[in-house]
Amino acid sequence: MTRSEIISSTEPAPTGAALLEVDDLYVEFRQRSGTVHAVNGVSYSLAPGQTLAILGESGSGKSVSAQAIMGILDTPPAVITGGIRFEGRDMLAMQPEDQRKIRGPGISMIFQDALSALNPVYSVGWQIGEMFRVHQGASRKEAKQRAIELMDRVRIPAAARRVNDYPHQFSGGMRQRVMIAMAIALDPRILIADEPTTALDVTVQAQVMDLLKDLQQETGMGLILITHDLGVVNEVADDVAVMYAGRIVERGTVDDVFTRPAHPYTEGLMKSVPQVEAKGGRLQPIVGQPPNLAAIPSGCPFHPRCAHRRLGAAAAPGRECATDDPPLRLVAPGREAACHYSEEVLGV
Amino acid sequence: MTDQQQRDLLHDEVEAGTTTGLASPSVDVTSARQNSLWSDAWGSLRRNVLFWIGAVLTVLFAVMAVFPQLFARGQDPRACDLANSKALPSAEHWFGYDVQGCDYMANVVYGARNSLIIGIVAVLVVLVLGVLVGALAGYFGGWTDGILSRLTDVFYALPLILGALVLLRVGPSTSIPIINTRGPGAVALALALFGWMTAMRLVRSQVIAVKSSDYVAAARAMGASNTRILVRHIMPNAVAPVLVYTTITIGVLIAAEATLTYLGVGLQRPAISWGLQIAAGQDSIRTAPHLVLFPSIVLTLTVMAFIMMGDALRDALDPRQRA
Repeated sequence: MTRSEIISSTEPAPTGAALLEVDDLYVEFRQRSGTVHAVNGVSYSLAPGQTLAILGESGSGKSVSAQAIMGILDTPPAVITGGIRFEGRDMLAMQPEDQRKIRGPGISMIFQDALSALNPVYSVGWQIGEMFRVHQGASRKEAKQRAIELMDRVRIPAAARRVNDYPHQFSGGMRQRVMIAMAIALDPRILIADEPTTALDVTVQAQVMDLLKDLQQETGMGLILITHDLGVVNEVADDVAVMYAGRIVERGTVDDVFTRPAHPYTEGLMKSVPQVEAKGGRLQPIVGQPPNLAAIPSGCPFHPRCAHRRLGAAAAPGRECATDDPPLRLVAPGREAACHYSEEVLGV
Repeated sequence: MTDQQQRDLLHDEVEAGTTTGLASPSVDVTSARQNSLWSDAWGSLRRNVLFWIGAVLTVLFAVMAVFPQLFARGQDPRACDLANSKALPSAEHWFGYDVQGCDYMANVVYGARNSLIIGIVAVLVVLVLGVLVGALAGYFGGWTDGILSRLTDVFYALPLILGALVLLRVGPSTSIPIINTRGPGAVALALALFGWMTAMRLVRSQVIAVKSSDYVAAARAMGASNTRILVRHIMPNAVAPVLVYTTITIGVLIAAEATLTYLGVGLQRPAISWGLQIAAGQDSIRTAPHLVLFPSIVLTLTVMAFIMMGDALRDALDPRQRA
């Protein structure tokens, strides 16, 4: 039985409605020097208990899209268009006050670097307890008690003794646990984890991911995992969306995408990772640089770096990589990719 | 790395998903109620020697301001005999006599009231104006910042002394309360009104720096309101520089009062203040240096007391500075 089956057997999904639907999301930053197109038409949906990994390199728009969903981008300079529906309600059309009430109990977020994401002047117990005081009007005594319970739940040893300690008195792994405790305090329906393990060393990484998995099984929340770490994706995610230049270039289940990539970029990513079977061989990096988001290449944004590109006469009509922008299309059952020549990449 | 962090790390590495005996919630809890920022800060202040020296001095000067007769050794500051003019300190009269032949110790003691009122009232107004305007400008940015910053620039263009001079000169002929009295309240307000801008800029730049920090984004992502973010998350991290600035400014403002008096618009005799005494004493600094020395010493002690308390408070508000 897979994890998603366990959850669906204990927690029946609400009929029809996805937890979160992102529909043709665009985020631009208008600056004096030009417009930066950070997110360009991203769509996905998330079901209860599902883990969706959003994979991409720095500057692919993965964090910005999460921040747009979270509603923590400053507008201006950011301009957000498209649809973000949480349990069927359009977050972008909502009053700021209503949006604020969703943050915490509805959608919650874990930040990459817990040391900078925790306020240095408050004890960790105060910060975890703040969730209960803000959203449920809990008393200080009650908030503290529940903070200790949460710290126990994320396996911080001697929680009752450490509740009055400050963030700088914790180790990196413990701090990230505090951050997780804050994020899950109100049993959110959706948890967005923005590179939750990037700042941690490898042994601690595995524990934090295990903790997130366990918590998800307990609560049935939807988990969006933003990362550039292929190993982490492989370990915990059900589905993966690969982002490049602010758009999704490939989507499918983790097993499918990892074993048979349908987009040249994904293929490049897989080849750039050391593998036990390929021991002794050379790693193949993706040539070139990630695109400048203020000047995204015409046609397929990946074409300047693509090993499968077809230009000029070599291209099929309407599928010239340098001029025709490939839409995200169904390339195999349950597989979507934004490439004119996905079938070739798949080797069909 | 501290011992605790070492233990955490050990735990991180050993514990692989199972709870250990360490995580027993029955360890003693010092208090069931959640500590606030201020109760933690007070706990740290209580153990700070500098804070207590500053506090004792401040209380001493405050009592002196309210009940000067307790410290004047039975002398009346206005009972003068010109025969004693500029007499040097003696066993009977510790601070000697001033130009008019009045007991100088009594004068210095009675001067505490006006000087402290001016220094403290002015600095409180500076603090309130600076923090309020600076925090709003820094937090909301955009056109709010534009308007408030330009307003600050307008005040910056007017020099402190010139602005206060004009206000105090025109003040008595207006019907604005306090300003039309020419008392210490008017002097304090005049000084504060043209002296709050540096505090505003300090707070504004601090707030801008703190605003873009991850923990503010995190607080927003957890559903905290604007007010809560500003008051609970930004301000405690932004007040340190302005606290230090204002405690030093108390002395500057008390001294500025002397300048205004010298220019003929501040407090006037028969009012008694340290500023007046220092200004008057300068004329005879070669023959009677004690006339400048004693009011300067008490002024310095006052400023020092506030600086010590300000420093201690700054450290207390930053958990990383606590021992």
